[in-house]
Amino acid sequence: MKDNSIKIYTENLNLFYGDCQALKNINIEIQENKATALIGPSGCGKSTFIKTLNRMNDLVPNVTITGDVYFDKLNVYKEYDIVELRKKIGMVFQKPNPFPMSNYDNVAYGPRIHGVKSKQKLDEIVEKSLRSAALWDEVKDRLKKNALGLSGGQQQRLCIARVLAVEPEVVLMDEPTSALDPLSTQKIEDLVDELKNKYTIIIVTHNMQQAARISDKAAFFLLGEIVEYDSTEKLFSVPTDKRTEDYITGRFG
Amino acid sequence: MKSTLFKKIKDNEMFKRIKISSLLKKIKNGSPKLLKKTKNEYLGRSVVTVFGFFIIILTLLITGFLIYKGIGTFVVQKHSIFEFLFSNKFAPQDIVGSTQKGQVGAAVFIAGSIIISLFALLIATPFAIAAAIFINEISPRLGKRFLQPAIEIFVGIPSVVYGWIGLSILVPFIANIFKLPYGFNVLSGAIVLSLMIFPTITSISVDAIRNVPIEYKEASYSLGSTRWQMIRRIQIRSALPGILTGVVLGLTRAFGEALAVAMVIGRREQFPKFNNGFLDGLLSATSTLTSKIASDMGNTVTGSEWNNALWSMALLLFIISFLFIILIRFLSRKGSRQKV
Amino acid sequence: MNKIHKRAKIADKTATIILYITASFFILLLVVLTGYILFQGFRAVTPQLLGFSGDGIGIQLFNTIYLVLISLIISVPIGICAGIYMAEYSRPGRITNILRSSIETLSSLPSIVVGLFAFLILVEATHMQYNLLAGAGAVSILSIPLITRVTEDAIRGVPDSYREGSYGIGATKWQTIVKILIPSALPRIITGIILAAGRGFGEAAALIYTSGMSSDIDFSNWNPASITSPLNIFRPCDTLAVHIWALKAEGIASNSQQIADLSAAVLVILVFLFNLGSRFLGRFITKKNSI
Repeated sequence: MKDNSIKIYTENLNLFYGDCQALKNINIEIQENKATALIGPSGCGKSTFIKTLNRMNDLVPNVTITGDVYFDKLNVYKEYDIVELRKKIGMVFQKPNPFPMSNYDNVAYGPRIHGVKSKQKLDEIVEKSLRSAALWDEVKDRLKKNALGLSGGQQQRLCIARVLAVEPEVVLMDEPTSALDPLSTQKIEDLVDELKNKYTIIIVTHNMQQAARISDKAAFFLLGEIVEYDSTEKLFSVPTDKRTEDYITGRFG
Repeated sequence: MKSTLFKKIKDNEMFKRIKISSLLKKIKNGSPKLLKKTKNEYLGRSVVTVFGFFIIILTLLITGFLIYKGIGTFVVQKHSIFEFLFSNKFAPQDIVGSTQKGQVGAAVFIAGSIIISLFALLIATPFAIAAAIFINEISPRLGKRFLQPAIEIFVGIPSVVYGWIGLSILVPFIANIFKLPYGFNVLSGAIVLSLMIFPTITSISVDAIRNVPIEYKEASYSLGSTRWQMIRRIQIRSALPGILTGVVLGLTRAFGEALAVAMVIGRREQFPKFNNGFLDGLLSATSTLTSKIASDMGNTVTGSEWNNALWSMALLLFIISFLFIILIRFLSRKGSRQKV
Repeated sequence: MNKIHKRAKIADKTATIILYITASFFILLLVVLTGYILFQGFRAVTPQLLGFSGDGIGIQLFNTIYLVLISLIISVPIGICAGIYMAEYSRPGRITNILRSSIETLSSLPSIVVGLFAFLILVEATHMQYNLLAGAGAVSILSIPLITRVTEDAIRGVPDSYREGSYGIGATKWQTIVKILIPSALPRIITGIILAAGRGFGEAAALIYTSGMSSDIDFSNWNPASITSPLNIFRPCDTLAVHIWALKAEGIASNSQQIADLSAAVLVILVFLFNLGSRFLGRFITKKNSI
């Protein structure tokens, strides 16, 4: 039972930016339909790590990767088609980045590039995704208006809807609320809580309270390594490693 | 309104300068060292200010003289603007003070300029955008080392040389392919012009595409797009205002080009024969505003109807260029607003 | 889903191939065109044609360089001063906007229109024949916007820390400009000037009705006051570019094709050398300054 519910796992994953090693020997198993939080001080490899999962690091020059990443038992770098991969593993970025198009076109972009042409089908998908992102009511009367006119929190939810529109299985979130106000943050945290029933969520966050609130499992990253990885409850109450404890109690970071 | 204008004059540099000369006189009675230093600063400042204003004056002069000469056709020879713009009969008198009125319909030349510029744009723009995409996305390395220097060299070639190449290679070639006696036509003109405006459109498009924020590209890839999908759907779309600016700039250049066009266009005073079919239109010789002015001006006498008509054409060219500039300004403002 | 992805990938590959072909096409085109120009020019070379009398284009070569030189003497001071004004003395406001619009307008004028204007005030109004000075004036009008813009950008590009250092020891604005800003901006300004010169070499439309389409000079006569002296700036003067146009327009001589070929080749080589030279000069001065 435990084996079947592992969505992603890595084996001895290392990553180098030129000569500088950013990820050291990462071995982690991500469970299906759970929210896994990656915490740790800034610059410790959390964002870099999730970018290895959907191969966004391929866009960065001078990157070398050793080790393997497996998604649904297939090797991400050797066996998986990259377009298919990114469809199944979606990403929400730190700063909301809607396209300079209408709200509708933003959400419809993903389905369109994956071949959906029928207007009716697109309308359905757009509405469904916007509802799942808790944005439908706010946006349904201005679908054709430019997305850049939305507030920061709304833009981020639009980006989430955009990801959901391609029907992924995993959603990666790279500090999705760090640029937002507390109210929007709250809304998105509620969203994550709902989404994890359908999707596997991996969320990078600086905010420990946020991690404690919304995640089931948590991994503590320090200087490119995973120091500790356990259920959120346990990690935050009785951490095994002293470094984890120091970070959680605020002694550094 | 009067008071703010007055305030502006008071704040104006030149006015301050006048006040300063009176100040200088006072200083003269004081320390000589102070006088020297003041002279050092204010002399230099006045000189550059004067030269700055010279440019404004120069532009105003050009505008003024063009208008003055250009309206001669309408004021002295009393032709109507309607005739000038829309009649295709151009047969003016070439003697000064003649009491007979000729005809000054410039419609053929106007149409010729427009048609040939538009076709040049049609040819050059897809290539320019392709080159810009190549330099930015496909192979920045090859682009910077080979394509961009090549384009720079294209820019450096003088327009007469383009015309002369057109004359030596293109015109006979077109005549050959289409089995015509001569290859002087719209097509030859458009091809030569497109070569000349291609670098302009390309370099502006390169900048426009490069300025598309990287976040858009990342978002597109992360949703599972191929590179071409990203380029076509996101990059070009976002860069469109900038590309459009480049296109209008190219259009401006095409419109104003005189000698290269004159060498290959045929200089026949007829509308291109598009009513016989598209190809026939492309392959007909015609004439443009610039080529007409270039070839005729030297043969006319100042003050004659012919001469005045040519000046009116020059004025028309000036007005059109000016309108293009306004269009470009409008487009670039629209583009920068979008980047919120 | 996989079929759609396959199609998208094929489209991507096809687009990439087409773009590579387009890029190669242009590089090839350039090679072919320049090759043709140089080859034709080479074929047309005879000692006579390269000479300085009769059919020789040495006359036009001299005219080209001399005319551009004179035009630079006019346009460089104006352009640099105007650029200094724009960069350091102008304040955001209506006058500055008007100035900027003027520069934009000047730089977008069709060159033939500029030539006509120069003809009007420098030839017709003064009742002179076609002369070099009028042509130089026309080319100056075309060069001034370029030099102004280059100077303004170059001076604006000088770091503020230089300015602060200079003001801090009590220098006036003008002294700062002359002693600190201009020297730092000089490489870029010089590059701009050489670029303007390159453009001036190729200019023809503005010259046919200002400096004219013929020359009558005697290279043994170096007295600037005499009308047949090469140095006289009040004589008619056809440059290489104008010569090509004139040959085409009146090409009656049996060897006009050869003369035109040679003129084109020499002109292109001249412009090319200048562009290359400006790059190397810029790099050289930057290196010298940074040591």
